[in-house]
Amino acid sequence: MSVFLTLAFSGVALGSIYFLAASGLSLIYGLMDILNFAHGLFMTIGAYVAWDVATHLPASWGAPVLFIIAMVASVLGGSLAAGLTEVFIIRPLYGRPISQILVTIGLDLAVVGLLLGGFGSNSLSIPVPLWLIEASHLGHVSLPNSDFVALIAGLVVLVVLEWFLRRSRYGIIIRAGVENRDMVSALGINVGRAFTLVFVIGGAMAGLAGLLYAVVFSGDLIAPTQGDSLLIFAFIVVVIGGLGSIRGSAVAALIVGLVQDYTNYYLGSHSGMAEIGNLSVVLLLAIVLEWRPRGLFQGTL
Amino acid sequence: MTSIVESQVPALHVSGLGFHAGGVQILADVDIDVPRGAFVGIIGPNGAGKTTFLNLLSGLLIPSAGAIELEGRNLAGTAPSQRSQFGLGRTFQTSSIFGALSVFENARLSAQARFGGSAKFWRRPRPLDEASVAARDALTMVGLAEMAERPSGALSHGDKRKLELAILVAAEAKILLLDEPMAGVNSEDVPMLTELIGRLHGEGRTVLMVEHHMAVVVGLADTITVFDSGRLLAMGDPQTVIANVDVQRAYLGQPL
Repeated sequence: MSVFLTLAFSGVALGSIYFLAASGLSLIYGLMDILNFAHGLFMTIGAYVAWDVATHLPASWGAPVLFIIAMVASVLGGSLAAGLTEVFIIRPLYGRPISQILVTIGLDLAVVGLLLGGFGSNSLSIPVPLWLIEASHLGHVSLPNSDFVALIAGLVVLVVLEWFLRRSRYGIIIRAGVENRDMVSALGINVGRAFTLVFVIGGAMAGLAGLLYAVVFSGDLIAPTQGDSLLIFAFIVVVIGGLGSIRGSAVAALIVGLVQDYTNYYLGSHSGMAEIGNLSVVLLLAIVLEWRPRGLFQGTL
Repeated sequence: MTSIVESQVPALHVSGLGFHAGGVQILADVDIDVPRGAFVGIIGPNGAGKTTFLNLLSGLLIPSAGAIELEGRNLAGTAPSQRSQFGLGRTFQTSSIFGALSVFENARLSAQARFGGSAKFWRRPRPLDEASVAARDALTMVGLAEMAERPSGALSHGDKRKLELAILVAAEAKILLLDEPMAGVNSEDVPMLTELIGRLHGEGRTVLMVEHHMAVVVGLADTITVFDSGRLLAMGDPQTVIANVDVQRAYLGQPL
């Protein structure tokens, strides 16, 4: 039973990170009809900026302070990369969806290549406080502290994002734009500004996801291709949840995280197939698409 | 002296307007002057080019010939969003509200366009800022104030039509282009909507309305134009136009 609960907890933590990665993708698709293949790159950049900042500041500041700064740096790095991508690369290609997909794939390949050239293919280690590597115990259940961080980050982002979409003036524009972009611009509203904004928000969440994935599931190690492997699961989450739906992404991220975690442990450890969790997620995707081709929550932001 | 000259500038001046698509002439040689404060009813059989005419005015289609001036300003090359900022408001045959937004948010979105996007995107729309006040006033005007917080997708058809008008009021549209506002509306809601449109006109707005419901057109319009086969067949005060033989021929088989 205690193993079951530990797995539930880490599944939810994994789901939180998938949510961070997927909600931006979903928002960008919902508003702009762009499948953003550079989203994995924003995750990788977030992680590398965090690593760069954390390893260049004096260690005397203490690991907890450095880690908090690293989290802020990942958010800023991801959002800056995304904002620049939107303004300089996506904007000239408005109304050309195929070109947009190709350019985001190309950008991802090029920058990942540059990172490989600059930092090498070896993983880099992010300094983290000791507390983050330890686990807390609730009775017989052992709960890794890093899972708490992922869970809290996911919850905070979900609450802030919901608040922003429901209550802020741009939230109204974004929700209306997801429903009918042309009608919003016919009202005389500059939708282009909302486009840049969803990229910046999506990039911020992606950057944080890139750092947290390394810390929670990858032994504090970052690598240039990590974002791209995370991107595949983010896309699966977006499709299961329904393209354009934030709540759908949140629910789907939890389901995918839990399914992957449980199958990895219960089936993977017995069959010796380490990657069986990934297979189960793809099967889940196939089942959901068969049952609801437009995802669980399509059409409701 | 200047005020007299200004008042002579029509709200809309349309000259030689034409549109063709795929080699088919859909609209040709349309000349209309719409004085400020006028109410122009646009009638004609299906396929006569009425909606095309509204689409050319609102900028959704680019004319193949001719020119449109809005209060003396040539509209060539301006986007629909710019035209709505110049005071041109448009409704559609099918509903043009955002069903996922609340009634208030629909009106507020429209008012936001007028007051410009604040760079402070995170700011909560405060209940007392200009755009919110404009939105609430518009909802009160059309009688939807009490439904402000409801999801607009759940409104009755008649209430959706009211909301579309509130959206134009909130945007401070001076010239309303209404495309079949009675389409799909319950017959018991028709008098209420007719009264509302009359009130919007009475407050000084210029209205161009495409409508099949003749009693509504005759009751509201001071000028009726008849389109047939992409041309302006007749134009004049309601009684004269309805008595016109050509008009009756164009409408043959359709009740006038």
